[in-house]
Amino acid sequence: MLSQGPSNNNQDIVKLEEAQKIYQMGMQEVKALAGITVSFKRGSFWAIMGPSGSGKSTMMNILGCLDRLSSGRYFLEGQDVSTLGDDSLSELRLKHLGFIFQSFNLIPQLTVQRNIELPLYYLGWDSTRSAQRAEELAGEVGLGDRVRHRPTELSGGEMQRVAIARALANDPQILFADEPTGNLDSTTGEQILELLVKLNEQGKTIIMVTHESTIADYAGNRLHMLDGRIDRIERDSNEAN
Amino acid sequence: MRQTRFARNIWLGIENLLLHKLRSFLTMLGVVFGVGSVVAMLSVGEGASKEALEQIRKLGSNNIIVSSVKSAEEEALSTTHSHMSIYGLLYEDHRRIAESFGHVKQTAPAKIMRKDSRLGEKEMELRVVGTIPQWFELVPREVVAGRVLLPLDVAQKTPVAVLTVHGARKILAGENTIGQTIRIGGDQFEVIGIVKSESGEAQAGNIQIQIPDQDVDVYIPIEVARRYFGDIFTKRTSSGDEREKVELHQIIVEVDEDERVEAEAAGIERMLQQFHKKKDYTVSVPLALRKQAEATKRRFNIVLGSIAGISLLVGGIGIMNIMLASVTERTREIGIRRAIGAKRRQIVYQFLIETTVLSTTGGIIGLGMGALIPFLITYFSGMITVMTWKGILLPLSISVTIGILFGLYPAMHAAKVDPIVALRHE
Repeated sequence: MLSQGPSNNNQDIVKLEEAQKIYQMGMQEVKALAGITVSFKRGSFWAIMGPSGSGKSTMMNILGCLDRLSSGRYFLEGQDVSTLGDDSLSELRLKHLGFIFQSFNLIPQLTVQRNIELPLYYLGWDSTRSAQRAEELAGEVGLGDRVRHRPTELSGGEMQRVAIARALANDPQILFADEPTGNLDSTTGEQILELLVKLNEQGKTIIMVTHESTIADYAGNRLHMLDGRIDRIERDSNEAN
Repeated sequence: MRQTRFARNIWLGIENLLLHKLRSFLTMLGVVFGVGSVVAMLSVGEGASKEALEQIRKLGSNNIIVSSVKSAEEEALSTTHSHMSIYGLLYEDHRRIAESFGHVKQTAPAKIMRKDSRLGEKEMELRVVGTIPQWFELVPREVVAGRVLLPLDVAQKTPVAVLTVHGARKILAGENTIGQTIRIGGDQFEVIGIVKSESGEAQAGNIQIQIPDQDVDVYIPIEVARRYFGDIFTKRTSSGDEREKVELHQIIVEVDEDERVEAEAAGIERMLQQFHKKKDYTVSVPLALRKQAEATKRRFNIVLGSIAGISLLVGGIGIMNIMLASVTERTREIGIRRAIGAKRRQIVYQFLIETTVLSTTGGIIGLGMGALIPFLITYFSGMITVMTWKGILLPLSISVTIGILFGLYPAMHAAKVDPIVALRHE
């Protein structure tokens, strides 16, 4: 047990140690992350909050393996990923992570089905199997009858559902949601959040970035950031520590 | 499995290009014209080569044709009455050529004269060629009936004649051909065989060579010709009779290796120069036709090749330009794909396939257009054009290469897109 080290606690799905992200803006150094140490448990639902410029987006990019730390270490499922190269990070995203964005980020020229199939395409699934899976997922998010449509023919809520279906296609361990309701009216937003809650109940770890506390309330845990540091953490009282 | 995945990638590329049909079509125009020119160039060049080869085949590829000509001075003198022109190749020339050149394989001297010939009521003027059996090896033509001359015919001076198909049809007119006796000049000849014939002249650029045989030929043993008709000929012209003394009208020489043909031709020319005071002979080399044809082909290739090169370059740059614009336009899409887990090289691959599909489609259209151009050239100028597999595969592979070459930069550009920035791209 000792050889596995403290980072290999398989309860922690993500763990940051002294994580720093420094941007060079001309002559000036900007610390987007100024030494953060935190860990999230498997199956938890986290909201990362904070005003703009607080570093919450950087935090999500790092956790989502879209970006690399300047210093410090990042353990994803116990594996140190802070030194991995671009291809390995792509591989991690492909196999273990899913993303939902504020602006849905569907590929407009592809049908709903093709959009959902996208991760499967890169995973090397054959077309019959991917089509089957895509239809299944579309059904799960309540869009079974819309697979042949193009994103432009859908409402905002429907588009976000497609995005969720796509994010689930590879059966990820962690689902990242960047302001998932930012472009939706409140009723639709609620539906999306309820969908996320449902997914969390099914065991998915969800990390959501938001600046609205009403939305953050759907998450059991809240991480408040300010100036690249952790301002305060509210952990789910139900969760055993 | 790998195969179907590749096919699927290509199909995805096609789908994407079909989203902007007009744009895709305009983008590939440069390649269309470039490939069209290449196809036309190759088929015209190939046609020229084929024509030259065909002509050389008629003339004998390793042959040297030495012919008697009336020199200019002789021509001037011959207008005076009762003058007899003496010129041309001698029996002695033939002997020297046959004996003193190491690479000469065989030779055929020919004594040529025009004689009226008849069989019963039918009469026509034939070109009588007094020669030896080797003629039929140096000017190989299909034997339709009977046989050609044999050494025995020459030795025994038998009055036998080999007709051409054309002559046989005219003079024998379907009557049982072989064994008929025809009258040539004032003498009787037994028809022993019928051969096919070629006629006309071979030409490439400024070189013209008369094909040695003609449709109106009749071949008889040279010794018979000499004995019956002698060396002095009387030509009837408007200003009266013209008398000429010519021993041999033509000597056909076969050289054993084709690399030796030109050297031997030069040697023969030097030798003749020594023994002839006047230039009353010409030496022609059929092989020179091929060189000439190749020169023509090169000229064509330079002109069309530069058109093709420029259009392909412009086409390639056009494709690159549009693809760069497309990459910018699709930055967000690239970001999404990268976020989902696409590796850089998969993005490169995706864009490369799109450019290659674009340029290859252009290539295929260009191929169709390029096939039309040679057809028009043949139609309007009579020049022979030939489409070969090489003429199809080369332009196609050029267009694929263009796609890869000019697609590489935009594709690399696409792969450099930072997913974080791209996802925020509006």
